[in-house]
Amino acid sequence: MRVRLILCLMIVVLVGGTVLSGCNFGSSGNNSSSTGAEDGAGSDAAPKQILNMIEGDEISTLDVAKDMSAVSANAMNSLFDGLFRYNDKDQPELALAQEYKVSEDGLTHTFILRDAQWSNGDPVTAHDFEYGWKRVMQEKGPYISLFELASLLNVNKILDGEMKPDDLGVKAIDDKTLEVKLSVPSPMLEMLLALPIFMPHNQKFVEQAGEKYGLEYDKVLSNGPFVMTDWKHDQSWQYKKNDRYWDAENVKLEEINVFVVKEGSAAVNLFDTGKVDRAVNLSPFDVTGYEGSEHFIKMATTSNSFIRLNPDFAPFKNENIRRAISMAVDRESLTSIVLNDGTIPSYGIVPANFAISPDNMYFRDVNGDLSKDTKEEAQALWQKGLSEIGQTKLEPTLIFSDVDWSKKTAEFLKAQLEKDLPGLTLKLKTVPHQQRVKQEKAFEYEMSLSTWGADYNDPTAFLDMWVTGRAANRMKYSNPSYDELFAKSTMETDPKKRYDMLLELEKILIKEDAALVPLIQFGNLILKRSNVKGLIEHYSGIEYSLKWAYIE
Amino acid sequence: MIRFLLKRFGIMVTTLFIIATATFFLMKLLPGTPYSNPDKLSEQQIAMMNQKYGLDQPVPIQYARYMGNLIQGDLGVSLHYKGRPVSQIILERIGPSALIGFQALIFGSFIGLALGIISALKPNTLFDYGSVTLAVLGMSIPSFVLASLLQYYIGVKLKWLPPGLWESYTSSLLPSLALSVIVIATVARFIRGEMLEVLGQEYIMTARAKGVTEWGVVMRHVLRNSLIPVVTMMGPLAVGIITGTLVVEKIFSVPGLGEQFILSIMSKDYSVIMGVTLFYSALFILTVFVVDVLYGILDPRIRETEGGRT
Repeated sequence: MRVRLILCLMIVVLVGGTVLSGCNFGSSGNNSSSTGAEDGAGSDAAPKQILNMIEGDEISTLDVAKDMSAVSANAMNSLFDGLFRYNDKDQPELALAQEYKVSEDGLTHTFILRDAQWSNGDPVTAHDFEYGWKRVMQEKGPYISLFELASLLNVNKILDGEMKPDDLGVKAIDDKTLEVKLSVPSPMLEMLLALPIFMPHNQKFVEQAGEKYGLEYDKVLSNGPFVMTDWKHDQSWQYKKNDRYWDAENVKLEEINVFVVKEGSAAVNLFDTGKVDRAVNLSPFDVTGYEGSEHFIKMATTSNSFIRLNPDFAPFKNENIRRAISMAVDRESLTSIVLNDGTIPSYGIVPANFAISPDNMYFRDVNGDLSKDTKEEAQALWQKGLSEIGQTKLEPTLIFSDVDWSKKTAEFLKAQLEKDLPGLTLKLKTVPHQQRVKQEKAFEYEMSLSTWGADYNDPTAFLDMWVTGRAANRMKYSNPSYDELFAKSTMETDPKKRYDMLLELEKILIKEDAALVPLIQFGNLILKRSNVKGLIEHYSGIEYSLKWAYIE
Repeated sequence: MIRFLLKRFGIMVTTLFIIATATFFLMKLLPGTPYSNPDKLSEQQIAMMNQKYGLDQPVPIQYARYMGNLIQGDLGVSLHYKGRPVSQIILERIGPSALIGFQALIFGSFIGLALGIISALKPNTLFDYGSVTLAVLGMSIPSFVLASLLQYYIGVKLKWLPPGLWESYTSSLLPSLALSVIVIATVARFIRGEMLEVLGQEYIMTARAKGVTEWGVVMRHVLRNSLIPVVTMMGPLAVGIITGTLVVEKIFSVPGLGEQFILSIMSKDYSVIMGVTLFYSALFILTVFVVDVLYGILDPRIRETEGGRT
């Protein structure tokens, strides 16, 4: 009996020891300064330039040819520098490119690069850009559509298999000169070139790392403000200042520790204990008590939600019916009472605080509220529409994804619309997100609570999709005058004229055709300690920039 | 004994094979693609990427391919974490889950045992009612509620232990504690019931009549015989804890396997779904096997019948 007991104890100790040694705690290794915040607070001297922050997800990869979703893109923006970089107004400003020339026809862009180095000391050359872009074409990654948007020469032919990735319209004339050729003038080129997918890649390093490129901290070579010094998958990663960065004198942060925290409540708790200086992924419930605090930021994003109306559903062929539904929705109550998470009402398809015009105005402010009207007006249209189609009641089904805000929104819509539009019965059906997208693509829906977000800061991010036959149309929306005007806008080189055309396009879609129901623009709740300065919260493309951030 | 082991091993492999097959085909019924921005991909792009990852082939061919690789021990690479090997993901993630689960089992069993024994020896006293109430509460309060409470009061208010992240050994204590409550409750209730039953048996009376001390009766006769059913319970409980960690892991931001499992299903990361399912299944099957063997050691009657076959 006693022998057995001792044996048992030994097994317990042995198993326990093995398990302990196998669980790679974050503080081991070279993650040296998890106590940074407290150190900084204690001394009278200048605060340590260490930022601790939270991301809501793990980096999927740092290889931009394979992915560029939000968290990865944020990381790439800290590690890489491209021809352009977004400034505090979400506008691209020259970064690695020192000078920039455009040919008369707007098709050839020549960039002169400044002297810059990779973090291993290699010079950054035009060849790195050529290699990087062609590599993206080779890998056929999920964000390759951005190359199509930029209208790089031969992109479509390469995608169709008629040409090789090598035929892409980018060429290093010499080490310092990069020539980019387009198929048509692209008014968005500068805006796009600041995105990670257009960053350079060091061919020698990429080939050496092989399959592992971008998957570990020592398998990525940066040329941006920071280098990655540690990466514990699904736990944390760490950046340190890149002393070889060409603009290193403007980079003040010495070290940034990023922790992966997926629960909003946990993020707030870590913020409360001083462990982190910036917390994201928060729900209104998480930040109760922070309203009005100097650490609390409530900002709109450039993602929105709208209802797709399937024209195969006969009643939706009637314009008055569509318009009545769009006007009847009480977006104010939905955003301020039901959701209350920084979401704001949308009365157009292009979000607010987005896409500055040549006259320095936001798109939404210029075009105004396109789908707003009184309840009475909506009801009159509704009755008119019903009599036109010869029916007294309507029972469309609304499909929506099985996430929290969708459910709340759908239930609100059902209650509110059924009350205000007599004869309407809204049937609700929850489906998994991907199922919803699939049904939309197959036109197997009547109404669908859809979402869209901007990958780049231009109104076309929300207008391009409504051209006849576009993959993201999913509504069979087709208006020859819309198509024609859109085609014209892509050829227009005068920014002012082009912008006016885009404004007109939105009016056709929402005001004239009432093709869809604009609904809400999503908000973002952020906790950021007030002594963190210069950390730019972007509205589109990238979520934030760390380059100019510092601790006060 | 060797025949018994071989036979069991054969059954284990067959079970795993069936699980792998069923999971594979069920998984293919999930709608959507494993790519991160399905909303914005055109059909042409999806087709291109499917071709790249071999997802354009008919499902039976994909299945044959997967099983072929599996037999060679290759679990493939993740589609979500572009190109990271599945075996590496599992290895990196299993440590924290195992530590939390293992500690929860140890904490839970010891505290549960103590509560159960005292309750059984002093039935219908205040202490007994207290521990029974505690057990019922432990069974009925979900671990994520408890986890949030622990995180807030012990982590944020009192600052005794870190409220999250995975930085040192102390990080593992709160999650373990949150998970162990269900074990405490289960074990305490079970032990109390079993002991009360055994205490009424005639051989206990015999032992007492022979003059064995009360301590001796409890330790040698009552506890030993009451432990047998507890051992059978340990298997499912252990597996329950490993899978149950997923919510607790998310709350405390522990980089564990349970959390990864859910994530892989949400993102349709086919190879990771397969890898983790197989890993969990193997673990479950193995636990059941170990429990069966332990059962034989603890209960001579079972050992004899099994032994008789060899």
